[in-house]
Order: sequence, then structure tokens, then C-alpha cells
Amino acid sequence: MAIDKEMVKRLGILSRLRIPDENMDEMVNELTKIIGWVDQLNDVNTDNIIPMNSVVEDMNLPERVDQVTDGNIRDDVIKNAPDQMDGYFLVPKVVE
Amino acid sequence: MSYIIKGETGDWEIVVGLEVHCEVISKAKLFSGASATFGGEANTQVSFVDAGFPGMLPVINHECVEQAIKTGFGLNATINKKSIFARKNYYYADLPNGYQISQSDHPIVSDGYIDVDLENGETRRIGIERLHLEQDAGKLMHDQHPSKSFVDLNRAGVALMEIVSRPDIRSPEEAGAYLRKLRSIVRYIGSCDGNMDEGSMRCDANVSVRHPGEPFGTRAEIKNVNSIRFVMQAIEYEAKRQVELLEEGGKVVQETRKFDSTTGVTKTMRSKETAVDYRYFYDPDLIPLRLTDELIERLHKEMPELPDAMKKRFIENYGLTAYDADQLIMEKDIATYFEKAAKGHDAKKVANYIMGDLFGALNKLGKSINESPVSPENLGRMVDLINDGTISSRIAKDVFQFMIDEGKTPDEIVNEKGLKQVSDTSAIEKIIDEVIANNPDKVAEFRSGKDKLLGWFVGQTMKASQGKANPAMLNELLRKKLVG
Repeated sequence: MAIDKEMVKRLGILSRLRIPDENMDEMVNELTKIIGWVDQLNDVNTDNIIPMNSVVEDMNLPERVDQVTDGNIRDDVIKNAPDQMDGYFLVPKVVE
Repeated sequence: MSYIIKGETGDWEIVVGLEVHCEVISKAKLFSGASATFGGEANTQVSFVDAGFPGMLPVINHECVEQAIKTGFGLNATINKKSIFARKNYYYADLPNGYQISQSDHPIVSDGYIDVDLENGETRRIGIERLHLEQDAGKLMHDQHPSKSFVDLNRAGVALMEIVSRPDIRSPEEAGAYLRKLRSIVRYIGSCDGNMDEGSMRCDANVSVRHPGEPFGTRAEIKNVNSIRFVMQAIEYEAKRQVELLEEGGKVVQETRKFDSTTGVTKTMRSKETAVDYRYFYDPDLIPLRLTDELIERLHKEMPELPDAMKKRFIENYGLTAYDADQLIMEKDIATYFEKAAKGHDAKKVANYIMGDLFGALNKLGKSINESPVSPENLGRMVDLINDGTISSRIAKDVFQFMIDEGKTPDEIVNEKGLKQVSDTSAIEKIIDEVIANNPDKVAEFRSGKDKLLGWFVGQTMKASQGKANPAMLNELLRKKLVG
């Protein structure tokens, strides 16, 4: 898989990472190496093997009963927010 | 008759698929123990899981799973014994984790259909591609502060069922009928309250146009329309827009659009270039959800009677027309009221009083059927009084109004107000004689051939009896006396 500057830029946007231009070549280089290493997996023959969806396929998903057992901890929930007012989280204005 | 847009290059057909989000009725959220009830104070119904704190793990609420399965049965669909939760990644302030837990290629329910009835009496089958479980997002308020948005996470993590139709819908009317049917199914099952105006049911519409017989055109998605009427308007507008665009030589671009209900127009929200890349992958925090045969069978047995079956039964057992049955089954509470009122009484007449006088009165009072001042038993009894001749249907109108105003039984009202119908021949004859004696000129006119005056005499005599004369007897006796 070829990694170029365009893709690194896009990955940066998707993962909300600022990648300075001067680091671009280094990023492309490193990601290419990483992908190349992971690419080794393609050498393994996986014909006729059913893909696993989880490493604990034979376990049942734990469930909870429908009861309210949590909440009413507003102060704890918003305590670490960079900005808050009247019990709300505050974020820079976003209008989509 | 199919819905066609007449264009300059020929007829255009519209193709619509709907994605409906239904908020699941449950006490707690899909993956946390915080309350899923609507309307709490901001951020009081939030656990660390919902707020996306590091290290917090989701644990699925079994009730939401059952609700999805039951709804799946209601959609005549396949319940998948294994389904998988996946992360749908996007950044937005209402989504603290940076991803929504949803289901992608292995939904809990797939391949169903519902039949929708159209105004012309036709029935159309609309395919359901899938139903999957996912988390709702939080709520943002943009109008509280000049530079900040307020975030309330009470709704974040509440369970949603996303129900995706196949692109089988061919007109705005069908889209409306589909939504109404879907709403009535989830309400009958009790898996969603179906209130679009409160946001517990929300709809996205995928719209494209084509010349009949051609492959599907490029579609635009209209997001988050919040009433059935608006969905119909949005589809109608969007299809016309696409036809005009195509006929001018333009191209429809695949994009997300927004419907403005005040102008009735759809506008670009996000184009494909800026489209989000959700990078779905199986959520490593959740292993596949496996359903046992016992659970599926138990829920199947517990399924309540659904609108289609109830309609059929109303037609067969009560002799109602398809149209009347439709009116009565639209809401479960109305159907329940009708069955109580019809039990042991003239069901057809009961149905007519419910759809006419009762609906009218409730509308005026702004009350729901459950708050009706007239109990179903009292309505049934009133119909008995009409049928056994105790009151005329004209007097019944008054009795009904008294029942609305005073909430008493029809028997009490008839006795207290002296509304009993007069079916005694000599009493009616006495009144007729008086009317005839007082109007010799009219009698002469009638006898000289002015037949139409009979109606006038009926009116006068009825008035003289204070509306209580048995109309059939009055007519007959009057005619006899007048002819002489």
C-alpha cells in the first residue's frame, strides 16, 4: 500500500492531529515502513478460514438488566471539562 | 396509478428509501445504567460510560435487545442469532467517544417488509433491509452564548433502532403511509413511542429519479426530517429539483441535504468531497451478541396483535369496512376503546359514533381517547338505546353531548332530561293533529299536489314533539293524515 503526503494529510484530519509540513516526509516514510511490516500478514494463506469477529468467539456478551443504576453525578462528569456553565459542557461554537 | 413527474424528456419516476431512527423505550441506556428518560436536568442522566471517560466499558442492556427483536418480528424480518457491534467514527461535540457504537455488516435484524395501504385502496409491500441497534448522540445548544455551544449528554447513549427500508417507495404518499405504518407497529409493540415532533422517531430520506425502466439514478440524502408531512414535502421538492437539474443537462451529486420546513426547500449540507469517512470496525469492547432460540421463541410467543391482524379481525368479526377498520387501528388506544365499546353492542354503529361524534368532541376538547369523558361502556349503551327505540338518532346527538359535558350514563341522561322517544301512536297523532289544525293553508297546498311540503310538516311536528317523536312513526302517521 502506497502512502503519500495526501493520505497523511487526510489521516491527520480524520484523527484530529496537526502534522506540520516539515514533518511530512518523515511521516510518509515511517507510515510506509509500518504498513510494509503489517503487510507481511498478506503472505499467510487464509483460504477457507472463517474470519473471527472477536478473540473470544465462544463467550456470550455480558448483559445488564434494564435498571437505572447510574447517573446523577453531574459534578463529577463535568468536573474535568476545560469549560463549563450551568451544568453544561461548553465547546467552541459548532454549527453543522 | 403511479406517481409520475412529467418532464420535457418524458416521464420521471421517483425512487425513495427511508432510514428511520426510533428511540427505544427502556429505563436505562443501551450500554450504561444511566436513565434513558426524556427531560431530565442537563447532564444528570450521564454515567462515565456515556461521557466517554477513559477505561469505561459498555455493557449491553438486555431490554433493548428484546425490543429490537420484537420490532423485527413486527417487520416480518429475520432475527439474526449473531450480530456484531461496530464503531462508527466521527468527531462532533455531541459524541464524547469520537465514535458511535452501532452495527454495520451484522445487524440484529434483516430482510423484512411491511405492507402499506394507499388511499386508492391499493396495498404496496415495502421491503426492509435491516434494523440495527446503536447509540443516540447528545444534544447541542447553539443559541446560549456568542462563541460557545452548550453540550447536554443526557440523550447520549440512549438506544436507537435504525430501520432501513429498501428503495421500494415510489411516491410521497407511499413514504407517508410507510412512516405511519411503521409508527403504528412500534407503538403496538411498545418499543418506541413514535413521536416525531419530540424527536423519538426521526427520518432520513434517500431520493433519486429515473425514467421508468432505467437503472437507479444518483441519490441525495435528506437528513433529519421531523414530521411525516415534511418528509412527504421534502421528497416532492427534491424529486422535482433533480428532474429540473437533469433536464437542464446537469448532474445529481451524491450529497447530504437539509430540508427547511418554512420554505419547503432542500439545501446542500455536505457534499461528497467533504463526506465523512466513518472507518467502521468491530468494537473491541464488545464481543458478538448471540441470541438463543429460547429467547427468540419466547419473544415470538409474547408478540401482541399487530395492526394488520387487528384490521383483518375487525373486518371479519365486526363487519367493518376496510376504511373504518383503518381509522380504528391507527392507534392502539383507539382500537382498545372500540373493542370495549363494541363488545355486545352494534359494532358498526359504535364505530361510526367513535369516528364521528367522539373524534369531533375530543378534538374540540383537545383530549386523547384515554381522557374521553364518555366511557366505552357508556357509548355502547347509548347505541343500544338507539337500537331498541328508546331514543331516536336525532336525540342521541343531544344525549351524546350531555355525556361529553357531564360524563353521566346515557340512561341517567335520558331519564333526567326526559329525552325518551315517543313511540305511542295516539301521542304522536295528537301532535300531528295540532300542526294540521294550525296550518290549514299549507294542508290545502299539499293536498293540491305540492308534495314537497311533507318535509316541512315533518319538521314542524318533530319540533312540536321537542324532537322526541319516533321519526319512522311520525313520517308514516303524518303522511296518512295529510293524504286524508
